[in-house]
Amino acid sequence: MVTQGRVARGAALAAALVLGVSACGSSDSGSSPSSGSTPAALEGVGPITLVTGKDFSGNLQNQVDTWNQQHPDQIVKVIELPEDADAQRQQMVQNATTKSDAYTVLNLDVIWTAEFAANQWVTQLPESELPLDKLLPATVETGKYFNKLYAVPTTSDGGLLYYRKDLLDAAGVKPPTTWAEMKAACDKVLPTAPGTSCYAGQFEKYEGLTVNFSEAVNSAGGVVVGDDGKPNVNTPEAKKGLDFLVEGIKSGQISQKARTFKEEEGRRAFQAGELLFQRQWPYQYAKANATDGSSQVAGKFAVAPLPGLDGPGASTLGGHNYAISSFAKNKKTALDFIKYSIDEKQQRDNLEKTSQAPTWASLYDEQALIAQFPYLTELKKSIEAAKKRPAVVKYQEVSSAIQQAAYDAMGGTTTSEDALKKLQSKLEELTKQ
Amino acid sequence: MTTTLDAPPRAAAATLGKGRPWYWWAPYAGIGAIVLYCLSPFYWMLVSSLRRSNDIFSDAPVPSPFSVENYSAAFSEDNGFLRALLNSFLVAGITTVLVLLIGTLTAYALARLDFRFKNLVLGIVMVTSMFPTISLLVPLLELFSSIGWINTYQAMIVPSMSFALPLAVWNLTAFFRQMPTELEEAAQIDGCTPAQAFRKVILPLAAPGVFTTAIITFIAAWNEFIIALSVVNEKSLKTAPVISSQFTGTTDFDAPFGTQMAAGVIVTIPLVILVLLFQRRIVAGLTAGGVK
Amino acid sequence: MATTVDAPPTPPPPAPPVKQDRRAGTGRLAALLVSPTMLVLALVVAYPILAAFRLSFYRDNDGIDPETGLVQSGETFVGLDNFTDMFSGDAGERFRNALMNTTTFTVVAVSIEVVLGVLMALVMHRAFKGRALVRAAILVPWAVPTAIAGLLWRWIFQADGVVNKILDLDEPVLWTTDGIQAWFAVIIADTWKTAPFIGLLVLAGLQVISNEVYEAAKLDGASPWKTFWSITLPLVKPTLLVAVLFRILDTLRLFDLPFTLIGPGKDATDTITVIAYEEAVKFGKYGPASAYSIFLFAYVAVVAFVFVKLLGADVLGTRDGKKGR
Repeated sequence: MVTQGRVARGAALAAALVLGVSACGSSDSGSSPSSGSTPAALEGVGPITLVTGKDFSGNLQNQVDTWNQQHPDQIVKVIELPEDADAQRQQMVQNATTKSDAYTVLNLDVIWTAEFAANQWVTQLPESELPLDKLLPATVETGKYFNKLYAVPTTSDGGLLYYRKDLLDAAGVKPPTTWAEMKAACDKVLPTAPGTSCYAGQFEKYEGLTVNFSEAVNSAGGVVVGDDGKPNVNTPEAKKGLDFLVEGIKSGQISQKARTFKEEEGRRAFQAGELLFQRQWPYQYAKANATDGSSQVAGKFAVAPLPGLDGPGASTLGGHNYAISSFAKNKKTALDFIKYSIDEKQQRDNLEKTSQAPTWASLYDEQALIAQFPYLTELKKSIEAAKKRPAVVKYQEVSSAIQQAAYDAMGGTTTSEDALKKLQSKLEELTKQ
Repeated sequence: MTTTLDAPPRAAAATLGKGRPWYWWAPYAGIGAIVLYCLSPFYWMLVSSLRRSNDIFSDAPVPSPFSVENYSAAFSEDNGFLRALLNSFLVAGITTVLVLLIGTLTAYALARLDFRFKNLVLGIVMVTSMFPTISLLVPLLELFSSIGWINTYQAMIVPSMSFALPLAVWNLTAFFRQMPTELEEAAQIDGCTPAQAFRKVILPLAAPGVFTTAIITFIAAWNEFIIALSVVNEKSLKTAPVISSQFTGTTDFDAPFGTQMAAGVIVTIPLVILVLLFQRRIVAGLTAGGVK
Repeated sequence: MATTVDAPPTPPPPAPPVKQDRRAGTGRLAALLVSPTMLVLALVVAYPILAAFRLSFYRDNDGIDPETGLVQSGETFVGLDNFTDMFSGDAGERFRNALMNTTTFTVVAVSIEVVLGVLMALVMHRAFKGRALVRAAILVPWAVPTAIAGLLWRWIFQADGVVNKILDLDEPVLWTTDGIQAWFAVIIADTWKTAPFIGLLVLAGLQVISNEVYEAAKLDGASPWKTFWSITLPLVKPTLLVAVLFRILDTLRLFDLPFTLIGPGKDATDTITVIAYEEAVKFGKYGPASAYSIFLFAYVAVVAFVFVKLLGADVLGTRDGKKGR
């Protein structure tokens, strides 16, 4: 245990074989909040905690401080978790399985909602008390499970197509709306731009690949898991989606090394001018525009909605939601704090200070904000048309299976057909009730 | 660190007065290669920590422009990194002292005393270091919750001790067993109690082993992550590895790589200094033994 | 820290004289000396092992109520299913692959580390100017926090990383993609990190060898090579064996590097702890995960036992094999 045994942050990742707990965690879950359609009233006023992995530029603490000044008897304490998303989830699951009341408000990734709701680790929230109609509808959906609200979206995210405006303009090409147009644009532009490859996304074997695969499938008119909760991925549409990625690698339009890209590796390639088109989150916009010499493409790119098979494609939704731990005290305070956090004022402040995509719909149309964040208009379109990732309890296993299929097909160790066929049977196994 | 203290094996080749064989430089080349091998990744860590965060993708061997941005980010007030370093020193220091204390006792018994179940004890001690550490976490968490140890130093110290003890016991046992029993017997004839004989004769002789164990224990405890992460959520009690895992970039997706590398450098340097100090004691231990 | 040696642990004063009534007296003393260690180990390790053992025979109910979408509670006793599953179906394939990786990592990495570690110890032991700095340099890799080392190596091995810059091939080696190159990347990073551990322990062993032994060998005209094989190595063997044994135990539980450097889910580098982690922490399947842990536990125990029996009988053995002069 002197070295490897001592699990470290990678290990952060690391984490527990959560032995011994599952039994206790689920044995009397019936005592948790109501399973009817009207949630039990949230009661209790007093100090609470906000559990989150991210406090970009300390703005969250500022907002909490303001709340604390206004509510001296309902102090909110921020508990910071590791930066790594898997490690955050692990800590929250541990807290739930040991039924600790240490965590009150949980900052959940949108993909965790189903798991936390189905295990009743988080409490059902009263829809009538929250200004849900002011939020982007697609984001509110991510907080629901079986038509009940368990979490409220605080930030959102959607994929954008980054493209080299300078190169496209020079060749007289318009930003593409379909894959075929994108391919044609590459064929036209690339010969004049050595060292540049056509397209990349996030193709390393991790959650980002699930995002990119789902986008490809959705953009070709297919689904991974349907709205009825049934997987339906062994279809011609889905195959066309996967083939977009597989053929891209085969033809060299997607470079081999894109298979090692997470967000940051991809950003590096884009900033070095190695990519003509790229699927990426909005965070790259400001960084790639930095004029301190770190980016070769500052001022030379623009964003558009993702392309698809026959028309604009569909992004996958990102973002975070606030939920209330079932084992916490002072849930009324927690609900009030959530209302405070998602309010327009806080969200505008958050966008300005951290450039995180808000969920408050009207912010996307404010001219002052658009001037500051020129991608907002495209981002709103992207989020409105976005599809959420499968809302299944065993999301982690589903996502692993998706990654396996996409990674193997893109690596050429299996064909698209076989990959999808195997994926379908795996998903059926994982989602059967 | 003078060269007179120990005459190393094969020192002859390097000594003056003898004809140098043609391969006299080979050991030095070997030394150079090993040092290069050990240091170059660390150098990369240092270089990466000295870039601006926007230059983090750069692969220039010398950062330009130089920037201590990552270091000031690591030490920025709301991180509490200084406090975390102090906590790490406390946890690792106390762990080391306790492990040496009880490990030495146990090792002495195993090496010097004749009793039944000796092999069983050695076996059990070894077995406990065979279980995947990650499997221990949740049961421990439940245990510590029920005895109110969450957010305490002992919740970090006791698990670290249990991780370090097996190696400490085994290593010290091997060392004590190497000491000739005649020395102790001679000391006892001179009127020492067994305890005194152990303290005044055996322990100084085994100093290299004791200090090596101390270094290993300290580093292991200093770098322990997953237990410290899980049993403590009070910021003022968190250790340096935990705090550095909580550094964030400016958004969801950009990893604070530069800041983490800076934290790595900051966390590593004290250990290296410590190792240097301990190394002196290893040599000192040898001379002390030589006097006897 | 340095003060610990000045105030060493004093065995309880009323220690009985060694000679008389040896067995009973020493027995009591031994129990006294050994019990603190056993207590700490029992507190931290014994209960989790028992808990894992029990869980390995259970499986969580994971059915979902079609009306409410809620997960069914409770667990079911499944006998040996979690163990037999290791040898059939998809999960079995994954497990056996992980077992294979775990084994090859251990054999190859520990072998390289022993060679490098002994070399390092010899270097650190030599007298020359600047030795202190060389010692510090050699121990740097081991002092770097494991978590950060994983990130660092990922950075070094990425497609545009320094390793590929230095190799300067036409096509960069994609170290972190699934395949044999990922396996090598883990070996390289692991040996870098842990060879100093062996070096440090062996160095300590070298320090207690008295100089007269070498003087005598020199007088006999033994070559440096012969001196090493027939004097140095046998004398450091006890410490070397302990170091190797603990390296084996650690490498069999290798987790961080495959996980951070390469990422989970890659066939070439998944180890048993990696898949056990995924089963338990990511997928919430504690039964199979516990079964993996128990299997690994047994595997490590067998390896340790065989190792001690074959090579290190004198490490564990009774006191007949007196060391030293």
